[in-house]
Amino acid sequence: MSNELDYLSRRVASGKLSRRDFLGRAAALGVSATFANSLLSSAARAAGPVKGGALKAGLVGGESTNSLDPALMMTQVPFAFGKCWGEMIVELSPEGKLENRIAEEIGSSDDAKVWTLKIRDGVEFHNGKTVTAEDVAATLERHSDEKSKSGALGYMKGIETIKASGKEVVLTLKEANADLPYLLSDYHLIVQPNGGKDKPDAGISAGPYKIVTNEPGVRHGGERFANYWQGDKMGHADQVEVIVINDATARTAALQGGQVNMINRVEPKIVDLIKRLPGVTIRNHAGPGHYVFIMHCNTAPFDNNDLRMALKLAIDREEMLDKILRGYGSLGNDFPINASYPLFSEIEQRKYDPDKAKFHYKKSGHDGTVLLRTSDVAFPGAVDASQLFQQSAAKAGIKIELKREPGDGYWNEVWNKQPFCASYWGGRSTQDQMYSTAYLSTADWNDTRFKRPDFDKMVLAARAELDEAKRKAMYHDMAVMVRDEGGLILPMFNQFIDATGAKVGGWVDDPHQELMNGYALAKCWLEA
Amino acid sequence: MSSPVVKLVAQRIALGILLLLAVSVLIFAGTQILPGDVAQAILGQSATPESLANLREQLGLNQPAYLRYFHWLGGVLTGDLGTAMSSGQDIATSIKGRLWNTLFLAFWAAIVAVPLAIILGLIAVRYRNGWVDKLISGLALASTSFPEFFIGYVLVYFFAVKYQIFPGISTVYEGMPFGERVQAIALPATALTLVVLAHMMRMTRAAILNVMQSAYVETAELKGLSAFSVIRKHAFPNAIAPIINVVMLNLAYLIVGVVVVEVIFVYPGMGQYLVDHVTKRDVPVVQAVGLIFAAVYISLNIIADIAAIVANPRLRHPK
Repeated sequence: MSNELDYLSRRVASGKLSRRDFLGRAAALGVSATFANSLLSSAARAAGPVKGGALKAGLVGGESTNSLDPALMMTQVPFAFGKCWGEMIVELSPEGKLENRIAEEIGSSDDAKVWTLKIRDGVEFHNGKTVTAEDVAATLERHSDEKSKSGALGYMKGIETIKASGKEVVLTLKEANADLPYLLSDYHLIVQPNGGKDKPDAGISAGPYKIVTNEPGVRHGGERFANYWQGDKMGHADQVEVIVINDATARTAALQGGQVNMINRVEPKIVDLIKRLPGVTIRNHAGPGHYVFIMHCNTAPFDNNDLRMALKLAIDREEMLDKILRGYGSLGNDFPINASYPLFSEIEQRKYDPDKAKFHYKKSGHDGTVLLRTSDVAFPGAVDASQLFQQSAAKAGIKIELKREPGDGYWNEVWNKQPFCASYWGGRSTQDQMYSTAYLSTADWNDTRFKRPDFDKMVLAARAELDEAKRKAMYHDMAVMVRDEGGLILPMFNQFIDATGAKVGGWVDDPHQELMNGYALAKCWLEA
Repeated sequence: MSSPVVKLVAQRIALGILLLLAVSVLIFAGTQILPGDVAQAILGQSATPESLANLREQLGLNQPAYLRYFHWLGGVLTGDLGTAMSSGQDIATSIKGRLWNTLFLAFWAAIVAVPLAIILGLIAVRYRNGWVDKLISGLALASTSFPEFFIGYVLVYFFAVKYQIFPGISTVYEGMPFGERVQAIALPATALTLVVLAHMMRMTRAAILNVMQSAYVETAELKGLSAFSVIRKHAFPNAIAPIINVVMLNLAYLIVGVVVVEVIFVYPGMGQYLVDHVTKRDVPVVQAVGLIFAAVYISLNIIADIAAIVANPRLRHPK
């Protein structure tokens, strides 16, 4: 029977048998539709990409205030559409390796202070011009301008000089950084003609799709760019379209109704229901994103490490993972790094221990309640999670008082301002980036006020270290320090949960961001 | 239609303009009270004191509020709504498309809802207190009592997912063929119709029933006119003022109050546009949209007033 099915599915993949006929035959052979569908998609993968058609994604995270200026991209829709029209200097592969794009080669001096990017020949912008070293340099210059509002400014500030000469761009750093190529894969750094200095939101780059429609908050569409430099790998569909669907139910309905081929952010509580729908495949995979409760290490009563430890021990991580994420995630261990980072090393898992929590709580000498601020926007299910925390802490004799804050203004008024609140992090691509963004004394986003000169030194030393084994050991020590002395309570890492419709082929899980690190539209295809 | 009517109408319009000015002050003051400012909202989680100061300077947020108000008012009067702070786009251009979409949806919902509500109201009166009346009232009240999002989801479930007759997402765009456009808005228009139906229907019924107690209706009945003729010729014309009022209120609702339906059906109208910009503290856009909404409300109310005057002989020919 399976031989026959294999044969049939290959025939579908090569276009000799219609999909409907295949499913009919499969049913006649007593095979469930789900299994038959999965057989089909694996056959299609083996058969390779199919060119043509229009691929559509219905995504949450677009607003009418969005701009095509890559510097200003922040939410999911500009991010995912950016990967359709934009081309990067360098990108992370799904396996976490560096994948050269416009830079053909990246080399550094021995001290990791001077980096040379060799620009690839024959890459063309949508306006017909060839991508030059000057364009790349100008792009980096624009994003490292103090006046710019670029989301990549934080990392770019570490670059002292940017020089283009011939086919090369030479970057001199203020301090050594072995991770520079990873930083250059930041999604804001889309290469634009003259760096986008003339018109930042012109929407011209060298990606697989040219922008045709741009209606912020409604839809964005592109058509295949004929001269894309690696057209065999990306840009299979003739057209791509992102439709902004911020309502979760509407998004699911659109996928079910066949109006879109893929959606992002399926809510964990409905995954089991959607899974059963014919043709729909749930694409869930681990990433670096995590949900947190953050305490300011320099503000009473959280300036006492015993109190912090008591709270860390008073949270029931397993219950939270089970009830809030329905198992679509993994346990957190109070440091912001997990296996999706290179150079990660395992540390003993912290568990819910009311007795120990009680002990530390007594030792801290704190009396009365602890005020925790929470909100729906802190992370999906944050209010419920805070209540679970309240209950598990009560069993350890710690009284947590909850204050529900309005979602509007939460990031301005509560996060990074109040001493104890719920929040989330999307994660970064390297440990250095994560620690530099939120755990250095000088970081603007040090939302746990973890200000330790000894830790800062470790971050800088690890950044300059080119020996991987040594670096790994350093990151291990840093993780232990944050875990045992920091202000971070990290109960769980969340997963990306996307879903695709019946005909989508070419999906590869990517741990860096949702929707195959944003490349789902550019890399997937519609099966015939 | 002599001079008193013209005078009344002119008075109404002048009052409306004054009201609009007052509203503009209120809107401006209101947006100043919102917590956080636009610079903070644009930069969001990535705000640093340095970049905040830069952006505030760039956006002119350092000027005193009253100066900014007069600047803005002057712009509005000359048709210049300014540029959106968050995306740098011209507000008038982006609003134009959105407003047109909103009006398009409201128009089709109204075309169905208003006659349907009035006819149902008339039928309900004709068979008052019978099972037809109770059925109509019951169904209409039920559809109004359900929250909009529930009605929306039920429609999507049956018509978009299960039977796939209409699309579940109503994205419309410029240059879309008319037929497709109407098909795209079928579900949101239906949802809106169901939401506003009962209010107008009940008002029609109540207003006509009120008139039905009058002596002249009795006379008409005694003349031997059929029940429907009595309602149509004698009761309805005299009940029209309150009906017009409630119809106008609902029309205004169709234009300014449909955010939830827009979100569910992903319809690119004014509501979603406003909400996006409120969360971004994009003050110029919020002010512009607020003003447009206020203008819609006020002008529909003026129309209702004028229609009531014109429909009422006692007001038309004051002693």
